[in-house]
Amino acid sequence: MKSDKPKELTRRDFMKKSAVGLAGAGMASLSMDALFQWDKALAAKVSPPPLKLEKKPVVRLLRWSGFVKSDEEIWTANTKKWERATGGKVITEYLSWEDVRSKAAMEASVGAGHDIVLGWFDDPHLYPDKLLDVSDVATYLGKKYGGWYPVCEMYGKDSKTKRWIALPIGSAGICPNYRVSWVQEAGYEKVPDDIEGFIKCAKALKAKGHPTGFALGHAVGDANTWTHWWLWSFGGKAVEADGKTIAINSKETLQALDAVKELYESMIPGVASWLDPHNNKAFLSGQISLTANGNSIFYASMKKFPEINKDLMTMNFPVGPVGRPTELSLFSLAFIFKHTPVPNAAKHYLQFMFEKPQYGEWESGTWGYVTQTLKSYYDLPAWQKDPRITPYRECMGRMLWNGYEGPLGPASAAAMSEYVIVDMFADVCVGNKSPKAAALAAERKLKRFYR
Amino acid sequence: MPHSEGIGGIMNHESTDANEHTGLLGQSWKRTSLALQQRGVIGVLFTAPVGIILLLLLAYPFVLGIWLSFTDTIIGRTGTFIGLENYLYLITDDVFLLTTFNTLLYTAAAVLLKLIFGFALAIVLNRDFKGKGLVRAIVLLPWIVPTALSTIVFWWLLDSQFSCFSWILMKMGVISNPIDFLGTPNNARASVIAVNVWRGIPFFTIGLMAGLQTINQSLYEAADIDGAGPWVKFKSITLPVIMPLLAVITTFSIIWTFADFHLIWIMTRGGPVNATHIYGTLSYQRAIPGGHLGEGAAISIFIFPILLVCVLLTARYLRRED
Repeated sequence: MKSDKPKELTRRDFMKKSAVGLAGAGMASLSMDALFQWDKALAAKVSPPPLKLEKKPVVRLLRWSGFVKSDEEIWTANTKKWERATGGKVITEYLSWEDVRSKAAMEASVGAGHDIVLGWFDDPHLYPDKLLDVSDVATYLGKKYGGWYPVCEMYGKDSKTKRWIALPIGSAGICPNYRVSWVQEAGYEKVPDDIEGFIKCAKALKAKGHPTGFALGHAVGDANTWTHWWLWSFGGKAVEADGKTIAINSKETLQALDAVKELYESMIPGVASWLDPHNNKAFLSGQISLTANGNSIFYASMKKFPEINKDLMTMNFPVGPVGRPTELSLFSLAFIFKHTPVPNAAKHYLQFMFEKPQYGEWESGTWGYVTQTLKSYYDLPAWQKDPRITPYRECMGRMLWNGYEGPLGPASAAAMSEYVIVDMFADVCVGNKSPKAAALAAERKLKRFYR
Repeated sequence: MPHSEGIGGIMNHESTDANEHTGLLGQSWKRTSLALQQRGVIGVLFTAPVGIILLLLLAYPFVLGIWLSFTDTIIGRTGTFIGLENYLYLITDDVFLLTTFNTLLYTAAAVLLKLIFGFALAIVLNRDFKGKGLVRAIVLLPWIVPTALSTIVFWWLLDSQFSCFSWILMKMGVISNPIDFLGTPNNARASVIAVNVWRGIPFFTIGLMAGLQTINQSLYEAADIDGAGPWVKFKSITLPVIMPLLAVITTFSIIWTFADFHLIWIMTRGGPVNATHIYGTLSYQRAIPGGHLGEGAAISIFIFPILLVCVLLTARYLRRED
């Protein structure tokens, strides 16, 4: 697809940007070399784990329904390929993405149901002992495809046993989306990639009659992702690494809350009522100039809103005072229940879906909706199809986990589903609470979850 | 029919045979059949299937819910008994207290408005006019349309950017910016109450209309002769006669409104800043996405005593009326 990309936003630019971000990320093990030049010779030699398939296996899969149309089509085509290759069968059930958690949880407690689930965030950490150890597949894939991103190891491994209980399948990456012409009208070449500049640019946009819009209602994806980014980028966090000491009531949090009031001034009225679909609609109807979203705005604009598509640009979240990228995207993982009668086939199927012919096709066909978890897929040609999807491949390397800096588990899951962080921001922006009072309220809630 | 006679004949023959050969069995069967004729026994037997279904589908989950509320069960892990800890925490939890306020406000405001509008509409529709059958059918529509569907429509109608109410008012020059229906706490509360009222009015209207039609017209005629005005007729005839029905309908409405879920979940998910969370939504949020089944169960148990009081009051009132 042809696009009017501004010339300063090239692939190299993004790579440089990501390099700066990653270098500061404190992720010492993750260098650019590791990202791009994994040992291809070694990769070729890695042999898959010996999985003896059950006879005529039937694998039952529960997964979230596609955000973009091509996702399900390609997933199904890949599945058919596995069926032809193995003689097995996969029965797939699609469910709205927010409903997967409850269904998977129920299946975990009763010990029956699907064999594989494609779930979200900390799902596997709610019932780690009910899940099959997939360390063999994870190790194999890691070796073959340049290793997993650090955040993937965090999500994929049980924090206690350090065994892989889930295979991170990707994230619906979240990036700021903006209207190039309006940003230029406001006196900027592009939206600045530091928080201070970001706020100033947002205000300038509003002054020109082009407000911004970031969800502050109970939007599972769109509200959680940007508020966590904002908090972390100022150095705020919910809990310390020990998973016990609540750290939300800090001067960093207060700074973040003071600053968000400024950003809120640039927003269109009504963001406190926004659920996940709202910002897409507001952006595509030309009501807002800047928001944070997955690639669905881009994807929808390709066919239906060509005028907006021409004027659309995406970028990675700006870096805040903390000096390194601190993002949150919607993280998805595949896990297998111990109750499965076909453990080997289930593992084999997932492994197959991760192999390059399948995974590459999936990434490419969804225009990068699902961002890569294995580093070598950073170089898939799919990411170069359009400069507006290129930033999304950085999401995984720039991401922290929900409940940062504590471990993943029931407490982090509860804190996010209770919208503790979102409500803290909304309290300050629309609830007329002082930053101090909002932080205290969040602290009380977190203490309960992390007791 | 010869064919069926043939079959019947064979069967009779066989059963006689059986009686002859198993006298003992026959006697015990007689005893059983006598026992079955006792009123108490047969009654229990006939109601047993329903009883079992109720026990399995209502009593068991209910008791399980109560048990869960006394444990710290989270998803994927069996909990341990922690006594009243969930309850003690909840009564100090700001979000829960706010939710209690929201639930009471939501129920009180919505039921009162539904009652007033529903009753008024019933009285109007009870009159004779052309096309009353059609109008009565139309009035039922909000009640018939699945709540999930109608709520999604309202979610759009009350959208912060695309609301057609805002659009019309802006076109008329009444306002200059769209109304933030669901974005500020009080607006959001008013909006969800309004949608609930819209949806619930037909239940009152149709129920009360049925009651109004049973009132003997001669009572009104007698009142006319005595020179009573419309208000006196309403106060002294309509209201007393219809009161038992009104009590039952109101109780049902309170129960449904108090335990509402999908309307709020679709429109606001309890937001903004928990201003529209009611017991049903908070319970779900904590139990399922949040994983804390014990605490979620405890929240839903809070619904129970309040509704129980409500039902008992109605029952007592009705008994007094009898």
